[in-house]
Amino acid sequence: MSAATTTMAAARGRRVRAPFWQPRWSNWRLALLLALVVIPAAVLALPLDVAFWLALGAVALVALTAVVNAWGRHHGGLLVAPAIGLLFVMNIFPLMWSFGLSFFNFRANRAAPPTFTGLGNYERVLSDPVIWDRLQTTALVVVLTVVCQMVVGFLLALLFEKKFPGRRVLLMLVLTPMMLSFVAVGAFFRYYYEPTFGLLSQAVRLFTGEPFILLDTTGGALAGIVFADAWMWSPFVMLLVLAGLVSVPQYLYEAAEIDRASWWRRFRTITFPYIKGLLLLALLFRTIEAFKLFDVVFLITEGGPGTSTETIAVYVNRLAFKYFRTSQSTALVYILLFIVIVLTNLYLYFVQRRAAEAD
Amino acid sequence: MAWQRQRTIGEAGWGRTAFAGVISFAYFFPVLWIILTAFKANNDILAIPPKWLFTPTLDNFVEVFFRAYSKGAEAVDTRFDLFFFNSIFIAGTSVLLALLIGTLAAYGFSRYPLRGNETYLFIILTTRMLPPIVVIIPIFLMFRLAGLSGTYLGIILLYTAFNLPFTVWMMKSFFDELSPEVEDAARMDGSSETRVFFKICLPQVGAGLAATAVFGLILTWNEFLFALLLTGVETRTVPVAMAQTIGGDIGVRWGLLAAIETLFLVPVIVVVFVLQHHLLRGVTFGTIKR
Repeated sequence: MSAATTTMAAARGRRVRAPFWQPRWSNWRLALLLALVVIPAAVLALPLDVAFWLALGAVALVALTAVVNAWGRHHGGLLVAPAIGLLFVMNIFPLMWSFGLSFFNFRANRAAPPTFTGLGNYERVLSDPVIWDRLQTTALVVVLTVVCQMVVGFLLALLFEKKFPGRRVLLMLVLTPMMLSFVAVGAFFRYYYEPTFGLLSQAVRLFTGEPFILLDTTGGALAGIVFADAWMWSPFVMLLVLAGLVSVPQYLYEAAEIDRASWWRRFRTITFPYIKGLLLLALLFRTIEAFKLFDVVFLITEGGPGTSTETIAVYVNRLAFKYFRTSQSTALVYILLFIVIVLTNLYLYFVQRRAAEAD
Repeated sequence: MAWQRQRTIGEAGWGRTAFAGVISFAYFFPVLWIILTAFKANNDILAIPPKWLFTPTLDNFVEVFFRAYSKGAEAVDTRFDLFFFNSIFIAGTSVLLALLIGTLAAYGFSRYPLRGNETYLFIILTTRMLPPIVVIIPIFLMFRLAGLSGTYLGIILLYTAFNLPFTVWMMKSFFDELSPEVEDAARMDGSSETRVFFKICLPQVGAGLAATAVFGLILTWNEFLFALLLTGVETRTVPVAMAQTIGGDIGVRWGLLAAIETLFLVPVIVVVFVLQHHLLRGVTFGTIKR
């Protein structure tokens, strides 16, 4: 194609394809070809560190031309690329690596190279009766703590929605539990629940005159964990819902007041649509985090009494670091991931279907 | 009645303050106890019944920075000032980076949906689902190979990747809520895409940005496992140093731990206080009907 045809096509607004051999900043095909030639040649001919930098330069050139080519046309792709790129390198690639590792027999404390066992690890994990027990415990903890957090967080958000004197200061106070480090929360809650000099025991002793041992029974230990976790994370739910609540335009409420709508009606038609997305987000993230719950459980009860409050995450940790059964623990975690993915898909499907019905 | 003030919608009175005050205090109480413990001498901490009135001492705070590691030895600089700086620098940078990359990506997902949008978003979500234990070994090896172990760059990149999923999901849900009419009007008037983004979309999602920043900061601030394995002596963060303080000689030094935690809380509280204004501001583009 001649230069004239190219310019005419561009004037008409159609996609102009740079002739293949023309060195332009948007000619990614040429850059790709160059890279495919230069990189092997460099690796073969030059010492490795020089070749490395040359290869890096070639890759950068390809990336640059791709970006220039896409600029102004593929907005979505460009905007999204850095995020996905970083996530791929930092998260997805290690995920795939450890997924591959779960098919081998690898123990982190032995120098022997991993041997391939196929689905062996998965079989061993699924046939272990201990796992089902741990899953039950985990499910119980997850349901309890997520329900507590959502309910309390939502009510808190309603409380803080309207302006009242001192709202700023009190909001800060409510947010402080989230800001503590897990180490501090675990250590100090253990201290509170301590039968001899813990605060809880002393408070109960005012009424009954005897030291109160909370962590003795499974129920008590569960209550202790759920309480600590809900205390720590209900401000999270509150913050999310609050960010949505303050986004509702005031004029809608004013119109509702003129029409003298009841509180429930107002909530259902005005408020709820605005916070629906955020409520779901909070539910999603807190559930995922609850499945991963390790620090709080470990520091307060260490999975006790016995192993009755040992959640899956604590068990995985024990497998991986106490018994060094690295591959087995990885297999278990991928089973857990599968469960969480299934659950999440259910959430999302349910929400999308309801959104489609509403429209 | 004449003396009753006409309250506008969105305002409430002192009754609510009292109720909220009680609840806020209940939430704040354990934190308050930690702060009080930081000011107590050792005997007061373990006293039964718990002491509310005591003579405060700053010994614990001094001990954070200068500590005698064994009985009778001289007090040595514990380098906690470096650790605090590291925490602030690492957390701040990674949160800002995640906000930048994540908000752009969320805008892309929301306004320019790609084929397979849901798949990308779901994959982004799955990166959060695994307990960190699983990916720790590959990441550790990866960092070793790339020479990033113990550097600022490595841990900042990792934390940015941690904050991205939540940022993207949260900001996307805020961008989805915006009505396109104002944007379209601006586009018709000839404004470029960039200006539409910065002048129209961004200000409206201020509350979302603030909330995401707060969460990202809190998450990165208190992160322990990856900091333990991937930071070196010079880049160590406070949670790691805190754990090393406990796992030591004389059992749990509650006073020292409380002092470290109290000092550690201060920067976060400052940031949240500053961002509060945006959190509570909300949207006032009341001219568009949905």
